[in-house]
Amino acid sequence: MIKLTDISSDINEWFNGSGPLADIVISSRIRLARNLAGHKFLSRCSSAEKAIILKELKDILMSLELPDQVFYIGIDKATTLDRSLLVERHLISRHHAFGKGPRGAVIAKHESFTAMINEEDHLRIQVLKAGLQLSACYEQINHIDDMIEQKVAYAFSPRYGYLTACLTNLGTGIRVSVMLHLPALQMTGQIEKFLNAAKAMGLAVRGLFGEGSEAAGDFYQLSNQVTLGISEKDIIRQFENEIIPEIVEYENLARKHLLADNRELLDDKISRAMALLRNAHLMSSQEALFLLSHLRLGLNMRQQLGASTPAIDSLSELKKAAAQTDSESGLSIRTINRLFMLTQPAHLQLNYGQSLDPLKRDALRAKIIRQALTG
Amino acid sequence: MYCQICKKKEATIHLTEINDGIRSEVHLCEYCAQSEGVAIKGQLSINELLTNLLATQPSDEELFGKFEQVQACPNCGFTLEQFAKEPLLGCPQDYETFEKVLLPLIEKAHDGKTIHCGKIPTKTSPDVKLKIELTALQKKLEEAVKSENYELAAQLRDKINEIEKTPR
Repeated sequence: MIKLTDISSDINEWFNGSGPLADIVISSRIRLARNLAGHKFLSRCSSAEKAIILKELKDILMSLELPDQVFYIGIDKATTLDRSLLVERHLISRHHAFGKGPRGAVIAKHESFTAMINEEDHLRIQVLKAGLQLSACYEQINHIDDMIEQKVAYAFSPRYGYLTACLTNLGTGIRVSVMLHLPALQMTGQIEKFLNAAKAMGLAVRGLFGEGSEAAGDFYQLSNQVTLGISEKDIIRQFENEIIPEIVEYENLARKHLLADNRELLDDKISRAMALLRNAHLMSSQEALFLLSHLRLGLNMRQQLGASTPAIDSLSELKKAAAQTDSESGLSIRTINRLFMLTQPAHLQLNYGQSLDPLKRDALRAKIIRQALTG
Repeated sequence: MYCQICKKKEATIHLTEINDGIRSEVHLCEYCAQSEGVAIKGQLSINELLTNLLATQPSDEELFGKFEQVQACPNCGFTLEQFAKEPLLGCPQDYETFEKVLLPLIEKAHDGKTIHCGKIPTKTSPDVKLKIELTALQKKLEEAVKSENYELAAQLRDKINEIEKTPR
């Protein structure tokens, strides 16, 4: 039996800094929305009917032959802290965590697959992978969907496709999301252009971390909105071959531009981030996101572009210091990603073993970051 | 072009006002436009979108001329009044029962598209599968003709004919 405390102390596989274009594309996610034929949608379901749906889907999901061991969590019975942890790890939605009625989640051990039962639809399954790997995500989730479909009848109409509680998911029920780290577009003042272009293409842009949907720390999540009248493969092809490579190219151009024409700005951001992260005694999660984002940029520019500036070079000095305490090989992208993940409020509290008020959390966060970066 | 107020950010909002025949232009960035109270919102939430769309729908009487009898879904009790408050449907049948009201909303939410294209449950009967395939091909044919891609249109037409001729 896997416990939540087993997963709260490390980063998930999709956030380990690997995968194609990993310096800019953090991860890829595909989710499918499905409903059972013969049942009402959840807004009209009694608690008893929800419990029946939950049991049926839970039993099916737990019996599937999946590459990873899976465990089940009754979300309506879980503690607030456990629910928040699952949200912070992108395993369930905030809506699911703090919704109403009988509902649950089936989670694969390495967190690449999760299923939410009784969220907005009866079933929402998702596959997450590191870097740009949408095709691989789809291959896996499509296979899982096929296996589930062997055991249940989905609500499906020849005209409208898979029927969903909200008509914005109608048709394929697919949501393709790519998480991006775009610090150079932000620094060079081009991020608004990117946001406007994405909106003009009918894509949704949200933040990756943080409380609301506001993007924080230069992390953005880009997803499709149209789910009807375009096939899963066409949506994925657009993302993988057109949209994402273009954004990656713009971000890379902005990075090169910073290096060639605005080194002072780049070095200033990285050095200030480092000074604060290594010395602060109170650090909000918001501030940590923005500062760590700049360190991540510096490290990636060294690794991907061979960049060498006073600030970026000093990151290698940091590497020597950090190597003594960090069990991994010094200050790596993985270390920074760990700090992103583990300094979120629920992670801090679960790993510390008790609930903490915001001020104590800010102090603990600052301490963990200081230790990781100074040794 | 820079924003006229902060003079730092790129102006992305361009307003043209005509007052008493005098034309004036204002160029603002998104932030300044918002703080000036110029009504732009980056992205409407889904709820807002649906509520707005619903609000601009014709009144109930205009709408239900033809099927006044449908007040609530006989299967789940769903009503359009509830939908206006929370844009979630009550059961799969609602898509058919309230098709007339929902179709324009579906079209708006999905970039003008109203017919499924993509995965079909493997259990679907061969007849239904064929029907779905034909509908999709016909739609592609329409698009090909519209974009004057006659070579593709001819291929699609042949394919449709072939399927239609196949004895079942």
